[in-house]
Amino acid sequence: MFDWRWDFAYEILPRLLQATLNTLAAAGVGYGIAVVLGLVFALAQRTPSRIVTMVVRECVEFIRSTPLVLQIFFVFFVGPQFGIRLSPWVAGMIAIGLHYSAYLSEVYRGGLDSVPKGQWEACTALNLSTTKTYFRVIIPQALPPSLAGMGNYLVGIFKDTPMLSVIGVAELMQAANAIGGSNYRYLEPYTMVGIIFLAISLPAAGLIRVFEAWVRKKLGMN
Amino acid sequence: MSYWEFLAQNAPRYLDGTLVTIAQFFLSATLAILLALTAGLMKLSRNVAVRWTAGIYIEIFRGTSLLIQLYWIFFVLPLFGLTLDKFYAGFVAVGLNLGAYGAELVRGGIQSVPKGQWEAAYAISMSPAKRMYRIILPQALLNMLPPWGNLMIELLKATALVSLISVTDLMFEAKQINGSTFLSAQAFGTALIIYYIFARLIVTPFMRWLERVMARKLGRA
Repeated sequence: MFDWRWDFAYEILPRLLQATLNTLAAAGVGYGIAVVLGLVFALAQRTPSRIVTMVVRECVEFIRSTPLVLQIFFVFFVGPQFGIRLSPWVAGMIAIGLHYSAYLSEVYRGGLDSVPKGQWEACTALNLSTTKTYFRVIIPQALPPSLAGMGNYLVGIFKDTPMLSVIGVAELMQAANAIGGSNYRYLEPYTMVGIIFLAISLPAAGLIRVFEAWVRKKLGMN
Repeated sequence: MSYWEFLAQNAPRYLDGTLVTIAQFFLSATLAILLALTAGLMKLSRNVAVRWTAGIYIEIFRGTSLLIQLYWIFFVLPLFGLTLDKFYAGFVAVGLNLGAYGAELVRGGIQSVPKGQWEAAYAISMSPAKRMYRIILPQALLNMLPPWGNLMIELLKATALVSLISVTDLMFEAKQINGSTFLSAQAFGTALIIYYIFARLIVTPFMRWLERVMARKLGRA
């Protein structure tokens, strides 16, 4: 069909699958950063200081409403201007982790807000420390409502990793570009990258639904 | 060179880029809204074939990355005899991608309209088209406007990717300025601020205003 060459497709498949591992690694590391940093952002908006809350809130809005690809360029190129050289991988992970931490902080915020006020009051009444209140009472209850959003952003970060190719991170898109450029054939690499993405993101979305239902059941909800 | 000198020197290029970004934003938003409405309604059809067609469109465009879709439309479609100019390829890709996300919002919005509204429209023997247009859609629209506000921000951000097929938008100009001045913090920082202003002071307030207007029109203000 339309000059599709199976032999070429088979030839480049191992290279694309190799790059898929890098894509998955990038998504995993970026998500790890985002999960932790997002919690920091969410909790920083709950301090008694209104100035801290406002500043953090505005930072989150800023990160959320500007393009990720521009942020990737910013992190990658601004470092060297001030004498800090970042490798594409490090710059890419910082940028994508930071971007998604802003999204995840909103998810956590929604989850934390959904915990009834009585739970907080009970913690005060029992004289629990702030750390204990959060880690033993509030966060376990805030987690299940946050899971859907967290899962969506896990798939989301995976689908945004191709943007890392703009600074030369050797992930799937970069591999497809390289193959296309050296062989003057773009049909097979780009189509196969699309199929690989579909083959991962669709089952992943399904698995996340299953996992979410399982957690809810484990915690005796719904 | 101070930042103000930098800005004075490069302001025309930033302005040109911003105008292209605005054009890309409006064109892709229009396309996304039309596609979302069509696919969202098709997803609710009784006909299996219609439902599946919309489902395949939605899953393909939500399951892969916008960047892949953009490259595919720009580099691969010409092999099938359909060559799009980069400017068109840019907003078509963004519109197709965000339209798929919007379709799910349309479907959810329509399904959130209480069943009694459908029954009431049926009881006064409205035609299906009239029922959808006069009764269901206005209420669905009100329900789905808040998530559409987020989607519009996503769309604005997505237009930055068209710079990668060398549409001369804001992102592209920022890269060019970075290349010629080597002042990366200023070059990319200015573009970030312009995107932020556009999102926070224009798109978001407009969507909030639209929500208020719609709520008032439906007597729910």
